[in-house]
Amino acid sequence: MAATTPADPATRATLEAFADTIIPGVKRSPDDRAIAGVEDDPGAVQAGALEVLADPALGLAEALDGMAGLLNMHAQNHARAGQHILDPAVPPFVALDFDTRTALVQELTDPSHPEREVWFGVALFCTMAFDSAPHLPTAEALAQGHPGLSLVGLRRPDADGLWRFPHFSYRRRLASVHPHTTATGSPA
Amino acid sequence: MTSIEQTDVVVVGSGFGGAIPAYHLAAGGARVVVLERGPWLASHEFQHDFLLGSSYTRIFDFTVGDGMSVLAGNCVGGGSVVYFATMPRAPRFVFDRTGGLGRRMWPSSIDRDTLDPWYDVVSDALPVTEQTWDDVPFAGGLFAAACSRAGRTANPVPSAIDKTLCTNCNWMMAGCRFDAKRSLLLNYLPAALAHGARIRPLHEVQRLTRTPTGGYQVHYDVVDDTDYRLTRGTGVIEAKIVVLAAGAGATPVILQRSAGALGTMPPAVGRYFSGNGERLNTAVVDEARARDLLGLDRGDGTAYEAYQIGRGPCVATWDKLDDSLPEYSRFSLEQLYFPPGLGTVLAQVPGATGPTWFGREKKEMLRRWRSWLTVFTMSEDDNEGVFGAPPQRGNAERIAQQMLGRGSLRYDPTENTLRGWAESDAEVRDILERDGLARVRPWTNDQVGAYTVHPLSSCRIGDDPATSALDDRHELRDHPGIFVTDGSAVPGALTVNPALTIAALAERAVPGLVRAAQRRGVAVSYGAPSPDGTRTRALPPPLAA
Ligand SMILES: Cc1cc2nc3c(=O)[nH]c(=O)nc-3n(C[C@H](O)[C@H](O)[C@H](O)COP(=O)(O)OP(=O)(O)OC[C@H]3O[C@@H](n4cnc5c(N)ncnc54)[C@H](O)[C@@H]3O)c2cc1C
Repeated sequence: MAATTPADPATRATLEAFADTIIPGVKRSPDDRAIAGVEDDPGAVQAGALEVLADPALGLAEALDGMAGLLNMHAQNHARAGQHILDPAVPPFVALDFDTRTALVQELTDPSHPEREVWFGVALFCTMAFDSAPHLPTAEALAQGHPGLSLVGLRRPDADGLWRFPHFSYRRRLASVHPHTTATGSPA
Repeated sequence: MTSIEQTDVVVVGSGFGGAIPAYHLAAGGARVVVLERGPWLASHEFQHDFLLGSSYTRIFDFTVGDGMSVLAGNCVGGGSVVYFATMPRAPRFVFDRTGGLGRRMWPSSIDRDTLDPWYDVVSDALPVTEQTWDDVPFAGGLFAAACSRAGRTANPVPSAIDKTLCTNCNWMMAGCRFDAKRSLLLNYLPAALAHGARIRPLHEVQRLTRTPTGGYQVHYDVVDDTDYRLTRGTGVIEAKIVVLAAGAGATPVILQRSAGALGTMPPAVGRYFSGNGERLNTAVVDEARARDLLGLDRGDGTAYEAYQIGRGPCVATWDKLDDSLPEYSRFSLEQLYFPPGLGTVLAQVPGATGPTWFGREKKEMLRRWRSWLTVFTMSEDDNEGVFGAPPQRGNAERIAQQMLGRGSLRYDPTENTLRGWAESDAEVRDILERDGLARVRPWTNDQVGAYTVHPLSSCRIGDDPATSALDDRHELRDHPGIFVTDGSAVPGALTVNPALTIAALAERAVPGLVRAAQRRGVAVSYGAPSPDGTRTRALPPPLAA
């Protein structure tokens, strides 16, 4: 299935800025506004966060425009409370700097926040995009140098796409076993 | 009018609690139909792949609740297909627990001595084998060495894995491609099939009603094989005996939904849920210290960097399984691998100055993923889980096509449970943070609450009708002919991995089930030997399936 992402540019930019708050990355170009650019290497956006969020298998695709709208509303309220003036050229959440985005995401995912489940869910999928790339076959993602899988250091499979670790053990006794271990190897 | 399909026994769910009775009843001559909500996969369909729609999401179930999320299997073979196959017996003191009851939670007829023969039967059938230090993957070795240096003992834990076939790929949650994991597809289920049992995948049971003759009608939906939110039809089967084994996160929901037709359920249906006191801590290991303090070397100068290598939990420390300690202060700690994807977001950054589970510091922690070590606590919780009103279908409102749903379980940990977790966190820190070996922090419970891969006790056995839904033969009180033989029947947290205990209890329940079936006119006998554990190829789905 071809990967799809939200069509609306404001939705895209807003959710990219959210994803970049979860696992931050380097800007894709000097005029990139969605990515704050606090890191030197790719983050959740380059890892495919938007492709994951829009994947029909997850059942969120229809809701993304609404979520982005909600996030921008929170950003606006946050800015108003802090008496920040937001650049009207970009969606309000994108207009926030990295630390303010972070503070807002902390607020929205606080156990006391009524929308916590929504924002935690989005954060979960952004993290998954980075550390497991569920929108791509894993072996292919690794072969293509997927930024998150490369950063965590997931090892490559064998040529048949399966993982095997023939060398897996220190092969020595590293502790004394519990004195009451039974003959079957269980606790007494 | 079309006639309704008739059988002797319907078994709901094909995990440990379902497969074991299904085999014995079929071998004894009963007509057995197993209804399983998940798909039936062949070994070559178990993929090493995080791709949505691969076996990883097809056969796995993640139900978010209010304060507790439950992870479980969703396929023919149930939890045995996705599990880590670590199979210790429960320590003796567990059977004497009183929980909040002020009296023994377990039926007086069951203790470790009476259960040991049943543990033996299951251990031969799967089979379960002991592990030596030569079998222990690096992560378990590291944990053992850290325990030892901190003055603790550590054990390689018995497991249901064929070591000669295992590649230590750590893809166990997606099903075992190599038939190394001794799932139920290699023993009880093929044996049941050989005796004429029929297994129907993608059949999700919704509720039971009673027949005029005292039997039961089992109502099911046929589930779409890709988008589990969709159904492809409905059906009914009539049986003289129903064995519910949909898992502790699903069995009580079927009964709740049936209460309208069957009449009031015992008060303990959907109450006293236990998450087996689970808790996770993730450590980031200092490689230089692992070499210097523990003397570890993989042979190429690398001390560890091996989180990904292995097969789930292989080493545990049992020092706190000490019957002289007060209840709620006893727990085991097990080294664990939890794959990328679902869990990573919950791992908190040790020593974070900003957000603990996302952001720049989380990315730095991910950079050192190869040096992670996760430690799994199994403690004594307080059976505080309660199921709310059942969802429309199944045990969750499904959100995604596969895997992810929202259920009605509410879990508000008591002071006892919280204290046990805090004590286990302190123990993990004491073992791993000594002299800077690692930095460690528990997973956050702020987001999805607690989580468990060991749901238990939501429809439990006991002697007291007020606090146990089943008698000590696993029959549902006031509803003769309905039996529950899965993890729901276990009275409380076990402080160790539960599958062997669930399986032993199911074996123990079979003679009573056979007698009940006989009384209802089913021509069935008891006494067929359990499988001998020698089959080496998993049961493939029938070609038409
Ligand atoms: C990732 C993971 C790792 C684990 N590792 C270990 C381990 O190392 N050691 C250990 O002891 N335990 C482990 N467990 C736990 C173990 O798998 C369970 O304790 C065990 O499988 C429970 O058996 P059960 O019979 O109660 O239910 P299950 O094995 O969960 O079987 C229930 C079956 O019923 C089906 N079902 C549910 N609802 C319906 C319905 N309405 N109609 C029809 N079918 C339905 C489900 O799809 C499932 O197949 C692990 C679990 C997970 C998730």
